[in-house]
Amino acid sequence: METNIKFSLRKLDFYYGKNHALKDINLDIPVNQVTAFIGPSGCGKSTLLRTLNRMYDLYPGQRAEGQILLDGVDILDKKTDLNTLRARVGMVFQKPTPFPMSIFDNIAFGIKLYEKVSRAELHDRVEWALKKAALWNEVKDKLSQSGYSLSGGQQQRLCIARGIAVKPEVLLLDEPASALDPISTARIEELVHELKTEYTIAIVTHSMQQAARVSDFTAYMYLGEMMEFGRTDVIFTNPSKKETEDYITGKFG
Amino acid sequence: MFSPYAKRLLLNRTNLVISGIAMLIGLMALGWILWTLVDFGFHGLHVKLFTESTPPPGSDGGLVNAIAGSLMMSFVGTLIGTPVGIMAGTYLAEFGQRGWLAPITRFLNDILLSAPSIIVGLFIYEIYVMRVHHFSGWAGSFALSLLVIPVVVRTTEDMLRLIPDTLREAAAALGAPRWMVVTMITWRAARAGMITGILLAIARISGETAPLLFTALNNQFYSNNMNAPMANLPVVIFQMAMSPYDDWHNLAWAGALLTTSLVLILSISARILFKKEQ
Repeated sequence: METNIKFSLRKLDFYYGKNHALKDINLDIPVNQVTAFIGPSGCGKSTLLRTLNRMYDLYPGQRAEGQILLDGVDILDKKTDLNTLRARVGMVFQKPTPFPMSIFDNIAFGIKLYEKVSRAELHDRVEWALKKAALWNEVKDKLSQSGYSLSGGQQQRLCIARGIAVKPEVLLLDEPASALDPISTARIEELVHELKTEYTIAIVTHSMQQAARVSDFTAYMYLGEMMEFGRTDVIFTNPSKKETEDYITGKFG
Repeated sequence: MFSPYAKRLLLNRTNLVISGIAMLIGLMALGWILWTLVDFGFHGLHVKLFTESTPPPGSDGGLVNAIAGSLMMSFVGTLIGTPVGIMAGTYLAEFGQRGWLAPITRFLNDILLSAPSIIVGLFIYEIYVMRVHHFSGWAGSFALSLLVIPVVVRTTEDMLRLIPDTLREAAAALGAPRWMVVTMITWRAARAGMITGILLAIARISGETAPLLFTALNNQFYSNNMNAPMANLPVVIFQMAMSPYDDWHNLAWAGALLTTSLVLILSISARILFKKEQ
């Protein structure tokens, strides 16, 4: 089975100041597949996700060493333009983060950053993104209302729509459903399924059921180390390591 | 013997009564001041206040020169101080995590915030009034702007720090450069709080007397000339209240009532605005 690789992580180490949070991570994230990062709290799965768009760069004292190849180019290189990188690698966070502006402007904000589009094109793109995120029918009559007026689940889909609207190649989802009710969670998971035909998706999740439902590949992490990585069906039915099995079966974690 | 529960109940009641009395004392003092102000100031309220300039003792007059002067200097002072304050506050909140500049700026700003305003007046007197050899509206405005800056710096920084980092991350995650994240996302999210800070700064300077004594001085006549000495409510109140003339006393009370009402209106609008956007 040959798959194309989007991200290649080689000997990746990550530090919060002196705290060694990721240790010698080697990982290949395949194109147009969903890769899930699982593991107990503090194992470094969110940290790992945040290296992929260098979100950690916003904060002093956080640094990564090693190599992260995106389509063969090392994004840890000093010459990397962070804003262009982040336009290619979108991210959705645990808590919904609508911007303090209208629903329409929430989506339009990212589009206008890198593209010169006419009013009509902009409108079409906003509609397209909202339809992709399965939110259009609920908000089409109130696009000028504030993004805060939506429910939590709708806000999260708004954030996903915002992420898709700039047409990134990769979507990073950091526990996107952990603050949502089961129905909203189901919608987000359906969405992940649909989106993977066009995007490479990496998702951090606390819920093993969610990882099993949505992902094609699963990485189990523990104490900053990559314990096991492989096809989700294999990891969940026939893990090669005892620790992975213990975590998945609930004996630990 | 008290049961533990009855003991707690008693303790609770005692503390409640003591707190209540303390609150009443505080409120009474405030209420008394306000009442005296209204009682004495009300006599002086007259249309002439807004149409005629300060009179010599014994004749009729108003406060229009002082009102206009106060408005002009407060306006110019705010106009100078606000952009500086917002920029500096933004630097401290958004860019100040690294390096030595931000902690030092923050420390100096805190000193400036609590510095007696008379020192600000003396400072402008020394570096501006002494050089140009005359008191002026400009000098008064500069002194007031120095009082606006620390207030606005502080509130801007505080309000921006209330904005969760996740919002900044969300904007950065779309590929937005830092300056756009600040101007289009965090400023917008903190807008109500930042405007509140500006209103509070205006409220603060509209009652300041000391920094104007050495800078704008006073003017008995109506003047729009910012390069000449300029009348203003606080100094006029000060001089008239110290005089032995009854009609001047009345005018001083009326002026005090006007100033207090203005400050009250500003504070209340600041509160309403902040509540509404929260």
